[in-house]
Amino acid sequence: MASLEIIQLYVFILAGFVGFFVITRVPSLLHTPLMSATNALSAISLVGSLVIAGAGYSTLATVLGFVAVTSATINVVGGFIITDRMLKMFKRADRKAGGERK
Amino acid sequence: MNPRVVLIEAAYLLASILFILGLRSLTIPDRARRGMQLAAVGMLVAIVGTLVKQEILSYGWIVGGLALGTAIGYPLGVYVPMTAMPQRIAISHMFGAVAATLVGIAEYGHLQATTGVPRGVMGAIGFEVLFGSLTITGSFMAFGKLQEILPSRPMTFRGQNYVSILMFATAAGLFGWLLFDPSNVAAFYSMVGLGLVFGVSLVLPIGGADMPVVISLLNSYAGLAASATGFAINNNVLIIAGALDGASGFILSIIMSRAMNRSFTNVLFGAFGAAPEASARTASGLTVRSITPEDAAIQLGFARLVIVVPGYGMAVAQAQHQVRELAALVEKNGGNVLYAIHPVAGRMPGHMNVLLAEADIAYDKLKEMDEINDEFKNADVALVIGANDVVNPAARTDKGSPIYGMPILNVDQAKQVIVMKRSMNPGFAGIENELFYAQNTAMLFGDAKASLSKLVHEMKNA
Repeated sequence: MASLEIIQLYVFILAGFVGFFVITRVPSLLHTPLMSATNALSAISLVGSLVIAGAGYSTLATVLGFVAVTSATINVVGGFIITDRMLKMFKRADRKAGGERK
Repeated sequence: MNPRVVLIEAAYLLASILFILGLRSLTIPDRARRGMQLAAVGMLVAIVGTLVKQEILSYGWIVGGLALGTAIGYPLGVYVPMTAMPQRIAISHMFGAVAATLVGIAEYGHLQATTGVPRGVMGAIGFEVLFGSLTITGSFMAFGKLQEILPSRPMTFRGQNYVSILMFATAAGLFGWLLFDPSNVAAFYSMVGLGLVFGVSLVLPIGGADMPVVISLLNSYAGLAASATGFAINNNVLIIAGALDGASGFILSIIMSRAMNRSFTNVLFGAFGAAPEASARTASGLTVRSITPEDAAIQLGFARLVIVVPGYGMAVAQAQHQVRELAALVEKNGGNVLYAIHPVAGRMPGHMNVLLAEADIAYDKLKEMDEINDEFKNADVALVIGANDVVNPAARTDKGSPIYGMPILNVDQAKQVIVMKRSMNPGFAGIENELFYAQNTAMLFGDAKASLSKLVHEMKNA
């Protein structure tokens, strides 16, 4: 196995650990925003789609890249907006009194 | 390394850091919003960084895709109601998987036509398209069931599990062959096709009540597909974000399966136990006591502690706002109102919390199951709104019941239980609920929203 793949594996496993330790501490209160947030984050595959759509490998590859860019962008835009919309709604009792409505 | 590459890698590193900080912020509700906005900035940095890459020759298709994606994604973010969140998330898993799979296919085609596919890259692309393709169709099936385009009851046929296992084994076999000989184009596309079919056969046999596990699992698969994309195109930010997503979905599926009393291996292999065919006990001969809104209002008026138990029925009836109004009246009379949220209440993890928060209920009143279960014995009234299986005492007592052993809310220990329900039809799992026939239980039949409005009206008059 080439050293590049070894490094990739390190990155994957260490990121998995970071994810595990961070996410186990997310309260169940925020599990829906968590899911929409991780969904938006994994739409980072947009980065790969952009290259395929723009590199001009072949007509087929470009079209596939275009569809991939579209799909990933849907998740980036929609995912972050909806996560923010949800998180905006969570307020504590003491902060709400006298606070602005909506 | 040329300066452009350094700049791009720095952008990716910054994005990775912001992503992790964003997820960390979700551990503290008050900081979560800010943290996720920073993560969005990280995403923007990564995208801009990619756009200056040398490989990109033309921007026409890119701009088109970005514009079309924004045009579709924006309304999906802004206008989808909170009640539709489970299907909204399910369909977005599909979009994520589509992106990963198509990148995998295009990358394979490109390498095949030029230098040939190295084995290491073939391994990554294989995982990418396998996880991706089964997530595409699996998520679409989940979406269909949640949107009720497809029947939400489990759809099964004899020997289904064997067919599924055979398909999976064949796909894995093709993958093995490809590792040996990456140039076998037919094997590659057959593997993608089998992945697509397998996704359908994975989700169709699963009932609507199991959807929280399915969505979490698909979340994890979509993340792993994204991560494999990172391996294939040697991009660390993709590996990291995908691993975070994969870990998150994995953890959520474990939490959900525990809350539903399913073993962990059961979830991992998608072999969700057979649908509950027949309930162990039936309720023939038992009678229920129904209560008028007037009497219920009087009970609530004198209650010191009221625990509201919301279920999917509340979401369907859109009754969150009436719940808040009622709670305000109880609090005006000097009572305290808390909300008991079962981990699998609703159709996805945390769904009830979002709905109640949307109705302007403070999040510190929303209690997790372990936190509130000991409080029920102190509660004067437990108000069950459209929840059924998560309050069924059969989970504790009836060994023959399909839900035996599932952790439930101890609603039956409250002094008075008022159950709001449309009719005596059994819940999603199709199981009879003894709670409804208990001595201290009264049923308030009707649409949850209408019943709550009547209750509010009666309490105002009292």
